[in-house]
Amino acid sequence: MVTSITPAAWSQVPSVPQSPKHDGVVEVQREDGSLDPTMDPKVDNDLVVALYRHMVLVRLLDERMVLLQRQGRIGFHIGSLGEEAAILGSAAALGDNDWLFPCYREFGAALWRGMTLEAYMHNMFGNALDPAKGRQMPDHYTCRAAKFGSISSPIGTQITQAVGFAWAAKMKKDPLATLVYFGEGATSSNEFHNGMNFAGVFKTPTVFLCRNNGWAISVPAERQTASASFAEKGVAYGIPSVQCDGNDLFAVIKVTRDAVARAAAGGGPTLIEALTYRISGHSTSDDPKAYRKDDVVENWRKKDPLVRLRKYLDTANLWTDAQQAELEAKIDGELKSAVAKAEEAAPPKLETMFDDVYASLPWNLKEQKAELLAGPRAKGHGQH
Amino acid sequence: MPQMNMVQAINDGLRLEMKRDERVVILGEDVGKVGGVFRVTQGLFDEFGDDRVIDTPLSEGGIIGAAIGMALYGLVPVPEIQFSDFIFPAYDQIVSELAKYRYRSGGEYPAKLVIRTPVGGGIRGGHYHSQSPESLFIHVAGLKVVCPSNPYDAKGLLLASIRDPDPVLFFEPKRVYRAAKGEVPEGDYTVDISKASVVREGKHVTVIAWGAMLYEAIAAADQAAAQGIESEVIDLRTLWPVDIDTIVESVKKTGRVVVVHEAPKTCGFGAELIALINEKAFLHLEAPPKRVTGFDTPFPYTLEMEYLPLAHRIFPAIVETASF
Repeated sequence: MVTSITPAAWSQVPSVPQSPKHDGVVEVQREDGSLDPTMDPKVDNDLVVALYRHMVLVRLLDERMVLLQRQGRIGFHIGSLGEEAAILGSAAALGDNDWLFPCYREFGAALWRGMTLEAYMHNMFGNALDPAKGRQMPDHYTCRAAKFGSISSPIGTQITQAVGFAWAAKMKKDPLATLVYFGEGATSSNEFHNGMNFAGVFKTPTVFLCRNNGWAISVPAERQTASASFAEKGVAYGIPSVQCDGNDLFAVIKVTRDAVARAAAGGGPTLIEALTYRISGHSTSDDPKAYRKDDVVENWRKKDPLVRLRKYLDTANLWTDAQQAELEAKIDGELKSAVAKAEEAAPPKLETMFDDVYASLPWNLKEQKAELLAGPRAKGHGQH
Repeated sequence: MPQMNMVQAINDGLRLEMKRDERVVILGEDVGKVGGVFRVTQGLFDEFGDDRVIDTPLSEGGIIGAAIGMALYGLVPVPEIQFSDFIFPAYDQIVSELAKYRYRSGGEYPAKLVIRTPVGGGIRGGHYHSQSPESLFIHVAGLKVVCPSNPYDAKGLLLASIRDPDPVLFFEPKRVYRAAKGEVPEGDYTVDISKASVVREGKHVTVIAWGAMLYEAIAAADQAAAQGIESEVIDLRTLWPVDIDTIVESVKKTGRVVVVHEAPKTCGFGAELIALINEKAFLHLEAPPKRVTGFDTPFPYTLEMEYLPLAHRIFPAIVETASF
């Protein structure tokens, strides 16, 4: 079922081809699966295994969501196929007090931080139990309890907010950092510039995590900038920047931990460019065959971050095929259960359309709510 | 009771609230050391320090985006946009983010700001220091829009806005920043958001205005009174949610209505007000509702006093409507 998660010959290809790789790209895991002792962030083995298990969950969840979308059971999915190490490694490097400001591909980080699979699935179905109350399209969840922000679709808007949040914490002398996710396409947005500029000037404890996955829908990374790299952009803002191999979980953990430590020490922001690849289309609405060649994608499949991590686990005798089979079966059961619950749940009640626009309903919304509830579709709502 | 102009009253309100609530922070261009280009924040930097009165880089999107982040953290930011003409780099943050945060997060993340910004013409500011973009914000679900006309309301509405749970666009009519003077209580009071003020009672025609144009409406009503036409002049004070009850009650009494605003006519707030009046008081109308507004042009420099809906344009509209 999960053919992609097998020890394959990722080591037969250069580690990060088709990426603007430069001297100083942080890599920790070597081609034989072992870790470079001079770079090793010394991640506890239990944590490594937990992250691997979580990456498998994210991968299987991704595949299941695409399936559900193709079956017409959900409307949309935007996934993280191939980017699991960049997302999970960075999330795992944060402390409990730190906050995440997501783009829209980081459900893995939300689940890692404590959002339940059920809550995620309710959002995918837009039902009454959805944390966003069915008001947003799939993959636009929210989870305050996990210190994970609310997702919007416009590109880059979360970046300045992550800076403002960290800035406020700094003013209050509260020890925390924010980590903000965005793709390389977002480095062309107004708010990347604004966020980097404000963070540089006010030295906010912010980690900018750019997932350079090569594509902004159909537009390749080289169309986003004439800079030699995206990390290089940090120089102009006075922000320390680093490139890492984004498919190397250990490298991502290392650079993120360093960035969080810098923030905690009052050193301000860091820009991380995680070099990875968007194996899938932009979303289920996209057909990447129209703009890129399969052989390039195949090269990247060989560098699958799950395969790579599995190789480390094998080398260190931390994982077996039997455990893999057991884990996949367990996840399959959890997914089936979450999907069934989400599919069974009722849609949001009509009247909830008007809640939360304001803290309380102004007269116009009271009128419009009454109009809707007296309308021809009010009866039998939820039974269609 | 001290006499203040609007600049002094807003400054007084900001100082009071910053003393009362340590979560309140001000950020914007030139708001700190110099106290704002209109001096509305004068003295606050010295009193509260650069952590609470913050001179920012010259970026409206950055100011509002960062302010939203601060609000999510639990502060109560009161950012200033130096002129409302310059608010558009922040429009994405206001429309896509601020206005929708509570709703899109199922109530998990209410984001509350009061965005103060000078509005309107008559100061020889040309295209980019004169416009009245209120409709562009009234149209956005989730925002409240306030525009006081006098010092008392300015302070009271500002304090109410800062304490309101929803994001507020607080438009300050710069033409009367110093010209509008009046008694302002020392200390704490609020003016209810969503309550219009009937500043002059009359039975023949309702004249609706706000901000700097209120004074033009009153001047026109004075002229009409000399001809025996009694105008009921309403200062909306809060544009959204608008005080529909006060409007409808007045129109039902007079049967005639003139709406005045500086913004261009087409899709200006007057269009919405007249649509609401038609929906709620159509059978009481004795004359076609009338708009006296800016024209559908960019805001002109040399001819600004011909563009603005001043008393010389409002007066004939009152007469025409009253005698229809």
